[in-house]
Amino acid sequence: MNTETTLRRPPISPAVVVLGALIVLGLVVAIIRYVNGLGAISNLNNNTAWGLWISFDLLCGVALASGAFITASIVYLFGGERFRPLVRPAILTGFLGYLIVVLALMVDLGRPERIWHLLIFWNGSSVMFEVGWCVMLYTFVLALEFSPLVFERFGLEAPRRLIHALVIPLAIAGATLSTLHQSSLGSLFVILPDELHKIWFTPLLPLMFWLTAVAVGPAMVILESTISSRVFRRGLHLDLLGDLAKVIPFILAAYILVKFGDLAGSGELDLLFDGDLESGLWWLEIIGFAALPMVLFSLRAVRESNGWLMLSALLVVSGVILSRFAVSLIALGKPDFAESYAPHPLEFAVTVGVVAAGVAAFGLAARYLPLFVEEAPSTAAE
Amino acid sequence: MAKAILFDVFRCTGCRGCQVACKQWNDLPAEETHNTGSYQNPPRVSSDTWLVMEFREIENENGDGGLTWAFRRQACMHCLHPACVSACPVAALYKSDDGPVLYDNGRCIGCRYCILACPFEIPTFQWSEGLAEGAEIKKCNFCIDRLGAGMQPACVHTCPPGALMFGDRDELIAVAEARIAEHPERYVDHVYGKEEAGGTSLLYISPVPFEELGMPTLGSDPIQKDSESIMHIATPVVLGGMLVGLSGLYWVVRRRQEMMGKSAGSGRQGDREA
Repeated sequence: MNTETTLRRPPISPAVVVLGALIVLGLVVAIIRYVNGLGAISNLNNNTAWGLWISFDLLCGVALASGAFITASIVYLFGGERFRPLVRPAILTGFLGYLIVVLALMVDLGRPERIWHLLIFWNGSSVMFEVGWCVMLYTFVLALEFSPLVFERFGLEAPRRLIHALVIPLAIAGATLSTLHQSSLGSLFVILPDELHKIWFTPLLPLMFWLTAVAVGPAMVILESTISSRVFRRGLHLDLLGDLAKVIPFILAAYILVKFGDLAGSGELDLLFDGDLESGLWWLEIIGFAALPMVLFSLRAVRESNGWLMLSALLVVSGVILSRFAVSLIALGKPDFAESYAPHPLEFAVTVGVVAAGVAAFGLAARYLPLFVEEAPSTAAE
Repeated sequence: MAKAILFDVFRCTGCRGCQVACKQWNDLPAEETHNTGSYQNPPRVSSDTWLVMEFREIENENGDGGLTWAFRRQACMHCLHPACVSACPVAALYKSDDGPVLYDNGRCIGCRYCILACPFEIPTFQWSEGLAEGAEIKKCNFCIDRLGAGMQPACVHTCPPGALMFGDRDELIAVAEARIAEHPERYVDHVYGKEEAGGTSLLYISPVPFEELGMPTLGSDPIQKDSESIMHIATPVVLGGMLVGLSGLYWVVRRRQEMMGKSAGSGRQGDREA
């Protein structure tokens, strides 16, 4: 598998410089925002109150972090003991994903210093209330699931054993909170029956968001494992990834059925032939990013090839990104006096900055924490 | 008794006295604007302008040059079932018993979901306030301070042609329907806000169709009906179902593994790949 014979060396210097610069840039932009307001660094306005940060950092960020709960559920709850080598990197990716979301929210929220108000002022009718609680609770669960790496590193035996004893309740809590959170991000847009384009609006948005999050979880594990095996020059559990990928076609098939069934149920199938931007995106997602990876992942040859696995996983990830942007930005109607919205360059700077922080944190964890553990004999030993 | 305002588009002359009165009473600063090619200014409500009169040119064969003016009041509709109140995660927005939809900015976390949820595009945010100033959500508050003193809202009080009328909602609906019945040639046969989105405290009657006036076409269900069903029914069911279901599943899987002999699972698959 490893044909290169380069020396095993921790990947630093140029990467550190680039990541550091991006993080500092993001920080500077955030400070400008805290001094001069959201309008100073973004093109957000009263017509487009949510932009790039909600569509990408929040909606895509949370969806792409789903590998953590999928992998933890498979290993701890569904008896998939042999997938254990994938758990720690998946948990870390999920944990960092949620930290990225929280960081971005600290820029996007109008009053970030009042985030704790969610704890004391309740409104059980608000989907945003559920979203807020899920972010807080699941980030906490992920922190606990991640903590053994730190405890092991510093030889703290007692707290490590405590978390070990809680691993099953944590996995159950994680899967439950993730399901609520992934679906509630879809529910956020159920309050827009007249503003969201009919082809994308449906009360089933929570189910659709959840299904795509479940499908993208294994895809993200495939991507994360492949990339980190190359960057950190580690062995790759290709057989495990291939087996993990077997679930994806079933989820995508269910998703495609729900998408068609929903439009058929509301008698809106004719919208699919309107030939407008919204129907074009719909077909692109269903054919290119759902049906195609569904077929690919069901082929043995694809599941046994690292390159094909990665390509198919990228298709699933693209589908999730497309659907989140479509629902939260592209297919959302605007009042007729509103100008169109394109993100301000500094909005990108914030997004890139928090993602860079996440990548840097992953690199640090891979270097200093026992991230890649081999409980079962595997190719990594060669 | 729920208070309401009736806006008669037929009577409105577009003088914008209401817009100015709103600014004066609520002590709102002037807004820097540009010419957008219309008498209308600014283009929409904002944190400094809670009431804007929209100037609309409507095609009409009897009008001057085939066009007539129609003026739309753009301000909070004070819905009977407000989507913004349902959407607010910290219950900063609330519906008062008398009708006004009010907000406690001390609670607001600035998530701006209310802006998204409102079908009338009414709540607005202070985009140029930093942490020190503390950005807030702003919108029409029905002149709640005037109501408390037994006065009418400033916009109603100032309206020269009597296009605005303040009173009990039921009585205003009767007035609106009587005006339509008396002059069916003047009005579209519809009281906007009587049923829309579950009913609003702002009632409109108009000589031009409401879509041409720029009012959203809404059903009689509150905007948040599905979203609240999800929160009140689906979410608790999923929460309980997942906790019980996953615990049960874990128990079943574990028992089966115990019966099959624990060691089988992990070792066998791992060896094969080498």
